[in-house]
Amino acid sequence: MSLKLGVPSKGRLMEKTFAWFEKRGITLSRSGSDREYAGKVEGIGGISLILLSAGEIPRELAAGRIHLGVTGIDLVHEKLPRWEQQVEEVAQLGFGKADLIIATPACWVDVDTLDDLDAVAAAFRKQHGHRLRIATKYHRLVREFLTDAGVADYTLVDSQGATEGTVMNETAEAVADITSTGDTLRANHLKILSDGLILQSQATLWRSRVASYEGGNKAVLSELLDRLG
Amino acid sequence: MANRSQIQARAAMMRVRFEAAGAQVVDPPLLQPAETLLDLYGEDIRARAYVTSDALRGEQMLRPDFTLPVVQMHMSEGAEPARYTYSGEVFRRQEHDPDRSNEYIQVGYEVFDRNDPAGADAEVFSLFALQLRGLPLRAATGDIGLLTAAVQGLRTSDRRKAALMRHLWRPRRFRVLLDRFAGRKPGPEGRDTLLDADDPLTVDVPMIGKRRAAEIEARIDALREDRDTPPISDNELAGLETLLNVRETMPYALEQLRDIAVDLPQITPALDRLGARVASLQARGVDVERLDFEAAYGRTSMEYYDGFVFGFYAEGRPDLPPIATGGRYDALTRQLGNGAEIPAVGGVLRPDLMLEIEEDAQ
Repeated sequence: MSLKLGVPSKGRLMEKTFAWFEKRGITLSRSGSDREYAGKVEGIGGISLILLSAGEIPRELAAGRIHLGVTGIDLVHEKLPRWEQQVEEVAQLGFGKADLIIATPACWVDVDTLDDLDAVAAAFRKQHGHRLRIATKYHRLVREFLTDAGVADYTLVDSQGATEGTVMNETAEAVADITSTGDTLRANHLKILSDGLILQSQATLWRSRVASYEGGNKAVLSELLDRLG
Repeated sequence: MANRSQIQARAAMMRVRFEAAGAQVVDPPLLQPAETLLDLYGEDIRARAYVTSDALRGEQMLRPDFTLPVVQMHMSEGAEPARYTYSGEVFRRQEHDPDRSNEYIQVGYEVFDRNDPAGADAEVFSLFALQLRGLPLRAATGDIGLLTAAVQGLRTSDRRKAALMRHLWRPRRFRVLLDRFAGRKPGPEGRDTLLDADDPLTVDVPMIGKRRAAEIEARIDALREDRDTPPISDNELAGLETLLNVRETMPYALEQLRDIAVDLPQITPALDRLGARVASLQARGVDVERLDFEAAYGRTSMEYYDGFVFGFYAEGRPDLPPIATGGRYDALTRQLGNGAEIPAVGGVLRPDLMLEIEEDAQ
């Protein structure tokens, strides 16, 4: 049995994670071809690398099928309602930074705060006969945030991609999405509510509180944590 | 722990008692159309109810409560007056507390009757007290009608009153609105510049989305009008705050509320109804001298209640949800009645929790 480390299987997130470990003397790499999702670990013993989709890492951590995993704070908080009991944050990795925010059309000059959004939602429902639609893939986080703020008369519509386009296409009136520079929002004529920041996210190394650390895994874990400082 | 058949046996026994009180047994379907529930509770219901769907009927929810289907059934085909009882499973998603059940049995009793609302309130409460007799419970009561009357009688614009009424069940947002309407909280930065502009809509961004320019203009007009509306007076604000803080046994609560009615005379009719209810409760043998009354009770968890509200809680078991809850929901019948309405009051009991408390006591 080895300690299983889950890392996003592609793109910049994978490369930057590899670079972060490399700096700490641990070399992660993909074995074989670019298309093969198997990896190897050099510079420390007893760890095996599992490459998988960033969106699946929270679930695997919560099930204890991997011991450690790199994924965004947004995904962990969204997918694991009881994340404090299931995982522990080991380190924030300093990249993949993005804010989960609520944005409305920039032409809504009368809307600046959640307070405004709530008032507009009431009027919108009366006018159009349906609740104001907010497009998002972060259903739980957005709902909890809006419930907490006491916003009513809205409905969440699912959008797994190109969320910023939904307003122009009139399939939603507002969006709740991840943004790092705000460029895509601006390009789609959207603006962020001044108190619409739901969560600040970045790539983070998590430890599963549920996985088994029997056998040699406990020693491997403490050696790894030492090395990561 | 009581097993399933013990719980069902208890539920059946309680239902028989409600039948003996004149109720007709009803059995609404487990699957409820999601649309009605979503319209009523908003997006929050998705966090509390299990949603499923098929291509033919669209989204359905596993029955999160009985009141809604019973009201719908009564409004479409019920004769008057009517008393209903039911027992069966309700389903609630639990994401945060693994100790709370996601499926449990409720037994309920609902009264639709135009005559003597105070008597109907007392009938439901005393029947519940009878079902729960001997258990170490504390009863809490309240009256949403007092707060509603206080808000609707404020000397301010209809728009402000409507905004407060809309958030009566969300104390934090209610507070924010009240502070703003009392002139204690400034609007967002730049708001004055916007409202003072000759043509606030001339901005160099394209108009996008389903909310049209006319709607934005209408809101700006409303904001301008609101800016010119005088703040809610300190006197009324203080009255509202004192009202929300009333928490006493019934006789003292009535006394305090009569004092508050000097500053907020609009609550007097609601107060008379409370007085009539107390008399009816007393006539049914409820010890009103020791009955707790909280003016803010039922504001957070019971969103369709608009008059009398009550709950029974296990003494020494703050970890348990209420053993029984209920209240008056006249407005709900109006909302679901397609133009019809009827005064209605009712509530539900949890036989599983009753058995658990009985085991504790042994």
